[in-house]
Amino acid sequence: MKRMFAVLLTLAMALSLAACGGDSGSNSNGAGGSGSSEGGVIKIGIYEPSSGANGAGGKKEVLGIEYANTQVSSVTIGGEEYKVELVPVDNQSENDKGVSAAQQLVSSGVAVVLGSYGSGVSMAAAPVFEEAKIAAIGCSCTNPGVTLGNPYYFRVCYLDPFQGSVLANLAKDEFDAKTAYVFTELGDDYSVGLGEYFTQECGRLGIQVVADQNPQGNTDMSGFVNAAKSAGADVIFAPSSTTVASLLIDQAASAGIPLIAGDTWDDAVILQAASKSKADVYFSTFYDEGASDDAAAFMEGFKAWLNANSDKLANNGGSDTVSAVSALGYDAYMVAIEAIKAAGSADSDAIAKALPGVTYTGVTGDVVFDDEGDVDKNIIFIKGVDTEKGEFYSVKEQGLAQ
Amino acid sequence: MVQFLSALLPGISVGGQYALIALGYTMVYGILRLINFAHGDIFTVAGFIMFYAVTAMPVQLAIPLTIVLTVLLGFTVERLAYKPLRSAPRMSVMISAIGVSYLLQNLMWYITGGQPQQYPVIPWISDSISVFGVETKRVTVITPILTIVLILALVTLIKKTRIGMAMRAASRDFETARLMGIKINSVISMTFVIGSFLAAVGSFLFFSNYSTVSPTVGTMPGLKAFVAAVFGGIGSIPGAVVGGFIIGICENIIRGLGYSTFSDAFTFALLILVLCVKPTGLFGEKLEEKV
Amino acid sequence: MDKKSNKTIFWGLVVIAAMAVLSLGAEGIADATGQTLLMTVLKKGTVYALLVVSMNLLNGFTGLFSLGQAGFMLIGAYTYAILTIPVAKRAGVYQYYDGGIVQFSIPEAFSGLLGDLVGGVIGMVVTLLICGLLAALFGWLIGLPVLRLKSDYLAIATLGFAEIIRTFIQYESFAPLTNGSNTLRQYPTFKHLYPYVIIVGICILCIVLLVNSTYGRAFKAVRDDEIAAEAMGINLAKHKMLSFVISSFFAGVGGGLLAMYMSSVQAKGFTVAMTYEILLMVVIGGIGSISGSIIASYLFIGCSEWWLRFLDDPGNNPGGIKLLAPGFRMVVFSTFIMIVVLFFRKGIMGEKEFPDLLRRRPKKSEKEAAGK
Repeated sequence: MKRMFAVLLTLAMALSLAACGGDSGSNSNGAGGSGSSEGGVIKIGIYEPSSGANGAGGKKEVLGIEYANTQVSSVTIGGEEYKVELVPVDNQSENDKGVSAAQQLVSSGVAVVLGSYGSGVSMAAAPVFEEAKIAAIGCSCTNPGVTLGNPYYFRVCYLDPFQGSVLANLAKDEFDAKTAYVFTELGDDYSVGLGEYFTQECGRLGIQVVADQNPQGNTDMSGFVNAAKSAGADVIFAPSSTTVASLLIDQAASAGIPLIAGDTWDDAVILQAASKSKADVYFSTFYDEGASDDAAAFMEGFKAWLNANSDKLANNGGSDTVSAVSALGYDAYMVAIEAIKAAGSADSDAIAKALPGVTYTGVTGDVVFDDEGDVDKNIIFIKGVDTEKGEFYSVKEQGLAQ
Repeated sequence: MVQFLSALLPGISVGGQYALIALGYTMVYGILRLINFAHGDIFTVAGFIMFYAVTAMPVQLAIPLTIVLTVLLGFTVERLAYKPLRSAPRMSVMISAIGVSYLLQNLMWYITGGQPQQYPVIPWISDSISVFGVETKRVTVITPILTIVLILALVTLIKKTRIGMAMRAASRDFETARLMGIKINSVISMTFVIGSFLAAVGSFLFFSNYSTVSPTVGTMPGLKAFVAAVFGGIGSIPGAVVGGFIIGICENIIRGLGYSTFSDAFTFALLILVLCVKPTGLFGEKLEEKV
Repeated sequence: MDKKSNKTIFWGLVVIAAMAVLSLGAEGIADATGQTLLMTVLKKGTVYALLVVSMNLLNGFTGLFSLGQAGFMLIGAYTYAILTIPVAKRAGVYQYYDGGIVQFSIPEAFSGLLGDLVGGVIGMVVTLLICGLLAALFGWLIGLPVLRLKSDYLAIATLGFAEIIRTFIQYESFAPLTNGSNTLRQYPTFKHLYPYVIIVGICILCIVLLVNSTYGRAFKAVRDDEIAAEAMGINLAKHKMLSFVISSFFAGVGGGLLAMYMSSVQAKGFTVAMTYEILLMVVIGGIGSISGSIIASYLFIGCSEWWLRFLDDPGNNPGGIKLLAPGFRMVVFSTFIMIVVLFFRKGIMGEKEFPDLLRRRPKKSEKEAAGK
């Protein structure tokens, strides 16, 4: 009996393998991963985490893309109207899961890919997209390694070396810091990388740095806060994920040391944590609604769209606070549309070739690609938390010291 | 002094929380010889229940509700995932526990969307106080006291009551206890009920201190608590408590010395060292304390 | 005995060759039809097959409940990446550490001697071997203190070592070697499926031969009853160590292959969760069955990374019910695993191997005579 069962199960597996192979075969276009359109539809892949450590952030980025899709839902190629179809896939925030997720997009025949939140997964998928000759536009992956040496990866955000330096300048200008405590997450390339660039710039500006790393999964931050206190730190620089951030904020608040962080902190989670514990929080971000009319319009439209749909609102963490990653998602989508128009073709390789020449004025600033596929943005928005009102406010636009 | 105390205080507090969670591990192990890998996740689920409960009702009601639901969860997990495997080899049960942990984590991701949530403020225990010039939350001081009170209650339960006697019998010799007419299933259920209750209490203390709930936040404390249980000699109640405090304190001292990178590694290294010297942990051989 | 193992080698090589040809053909068809995802899943499944079999050797055949797999895989993966990144690309990868301290690349060294293609491939295979050897060395070092421990204690101690290894790799002071917390990438990988199939096939064949040898029988004896095994003159410590070291070796090779599959490695991913996943695959396939492990790894990877993906898409919801959402796939999948664990305790294959299923069921007396 058992033997029969085992044989049956094996057979079932083999059959389902064949069946699935056939299935997905029929809905791909059969052009060997190089093309993308059928019957007036062009597919844009969304390579983002919706589970795992960066799941919450990834969802917000997707929301921006989805909103952009409601604004511009079709594109004209060679006089013919193509409907834009979004193909989302979950990379689970893990590099090993990301490869097959990326491959899933390739097989479903997308013309261009947007994403991902988190530089690590983007780097893991980069060779897959490169091999399939599909351009990927990163929304918020700030690590230099993402685009470096890969002609198919682009991005619409600024890079960590710039962000780290600017934040060091902020510590100098705004807080007149003599000593900074740099708190990074062990094992996280985003966090450690940004900390490294911050430290380098501090060396240039004459700020003394005391650094420590938080091991993965640790929840007790009091030791770090105490160390910062006894080192006489004027600021704590803590580039970190939102989960670790909200743990840290609570405990740093009692020590009365202001916190500075990178772009990940532009998130409703930080707002709640900081308001609850009355912490002094500043961070760099990609987007400020007061910076341009476009930005203000985006903010208004996006909020209205969120509030009209309870599912979308839930994906935004239950509040209508607009995260910068949503704005970047919006811009990345628009850049992709521009690239499709410029290429005048639905062929992924043609779009990739057209992308470097695309210029676009987005809600997060001007998008003009350089040779590496990065955007040269020379100003960073600094925001803070108004703990009384429970909202973010713009502090300033910070550039580098000359 | 202040600096030393500022490293020691959180250590004691963390140690107390580890101890509470470790008791859940050690009691189940004492009776079933099972490492209940899902225990850390039950602890996290308790955090989420509290978070959602407070949005619908006052804190005074939310606390008992959280306890009841957590206990119910522990009970259900035992009935569905462990009871059918009672006669199976030990490895199958342990794998079932890993499966439950995997399932609970995925469920939490699905239901909560993975967004870290701010734990509700429980009045009084979340207030800031000053102990010998060290600024801390009241919960830091309460944790070790509450832990010790709960443990004394637990020991009384085990030593003085009928069900406690049944538990001791079952942990000594499962089969004989059954032959002596002890309803082994209700004893086991009781163990899970107590373990989950302690996990729920642990979650109030833990999350009041760290204020953020996310689906994986319980994994590391769960693992550490488990290490604490093994360290003290799994199956032994004083062992779990001593283990919890030692690990909590050591960890914070290491961090205070500036080797935070190695605080987890050190915990494991300490465990391996102890196991090499005493293969059943610090208090492993004291059979009479086993439950 | 000799005759039998010769036969196994022969048939094993035939099967590997057939699989390689098949995968080459499948790849051709997949490329022509745009079925690239199938190949990715098969690649990962193949790599995992080796990892699962190596864990089964330890947990299933020798009865040592170890949870250190991810640690040995990590050593393998990092060794592979560190030794193969081309010298010219090191500055970009080790961006904070001036290109790191390792300034050579094994495949490049071989390319210099034997030409780009042959040398490169030989270099990669040699590096994989080094991955295995290094993991085996660590296995031996860890085994010295740890193998004296019994079941659960062994599990937690090996788990602890895996965590310690991860911490050391991430440690800032070793960063010029390991790149610390940052990703290692841009190393050479096999683009096609068949090299994975051949390497994994040969490794698994070695394990099969080992399991069927006197050593394998000794392992099983240790698993079934330590005291009886010792009474029969089996050196417990020696055999446990042998099994542990061999399992570590193949976990290291598997880690190297996994690094190739992922084309970038970062220590952060190699957590206990990864070990648990592999353990679940061992259980689904059947503890003590090599063919079961192989089937289970393909099934597991196929389900979790491919077939069930539609469950994550809210667009697929049948009218009105909001059940499908990101994360639902993993819930369904883990429920399915629980069902297997609870109701099909023996897994797909139990302790049987694939050839057993094809053969006529032996009569009881024959079975006893065969010593099964």
